[in-house]
Amino acid sequence: MIPLGWYLIFSALLFCVGLFGVLSRKNAIAILMGVELMLNAVNVNLLAFWRYLWASKVDGQVFVAIVLVAAAAEVVVGLGLIISAYRRRNTVVADEMDMLKG
Amino acid sequence: MTGLQIAFLAIAAVTLASAVLVVSSRKIMHAALWLVLALGGVAALFATLEASFFAAVQVMVYIGAIAILIIFSVMLTRRVMEDAGPQNTRYWPAALVVSLGVFGGIFFLLLQWPGFTIEARPVLEQGDFLVRFGQALVSPDEFVVPFEVASILLVAAMIGAIIIARDPSRK
Repeated sequence: MIPLGWYLIFSALLFCVGLFGVLSRKNAIAILMGVELMLNAVNVNLLAFWRYLWASKVDGQVFVAIVLVAAAAEVVVGLGLIISAYRRRNTVVADEMDMLKG
Repeated sequence: MTGLQIAFLAIAAVTLASAVLVVSSRKIMHAALWLVLALGGVAALFATLEASFFAAVQVMVYIGAIAILIIFSVMLTRRVMEDAGPQNTRYWPAALVVSLGVFGGIFFLLLQWPGFTIEARPVLEQGDFLVRFGQALVSPDEFVVPFEVASILLVAAMIGAIIIARDPSRK
């Protein structure tokens, strides 16, 4: 059987890989991909705790469902913003989008 | 080393390797495709955790919608950023140090917790779990409020994204 710690270490590693992607990539879409990795790590963590500690209740799964919905909504809006900013400024490099005035 | 442990280690290794390739690929199209593999690995892990509903939802929503959207926007914004230049910022070693520090901190904290090595107990009541999940989402004394708020969030995100990404030449 798999100890709970394996899932927790895995989700911590996935979270830190996503964190590195967010902090170090230039392309705004690559930063969004890092955010998605972090959200998936959180989901793995939540479901691991649900399975090992509260498997008879549904609370953990409702939490994961809400996180999934929030992640989907955030990706949609983020990509809309990136494409709109790309149309105006002709760049997707996050460093170059530093002035609000378009 | 049981079969389930070997399966977990294999899935975790594939997922982490593809996640590292997502954040370090030179061409962003490759990174988007490695993201698809990483999300598939996470779906397989959901299956090992006996959360079969979320394994299916992960494939449908994350791979089938979010990853496809990301690939679309990569294709729509391809012309400007040359895939040959440096893809990481100048201060990526500092980001690496921060990430490793965060992981070290989490790992250190997890070692202090006594429940770190507990094993999964077999779930006794197995029947119609999905019915209970659905009832919990709409029952007034359980989770109907977060459910409705999430629905409003989705509608708002949809309307907002349509307005934001609308073609500016059409008035």
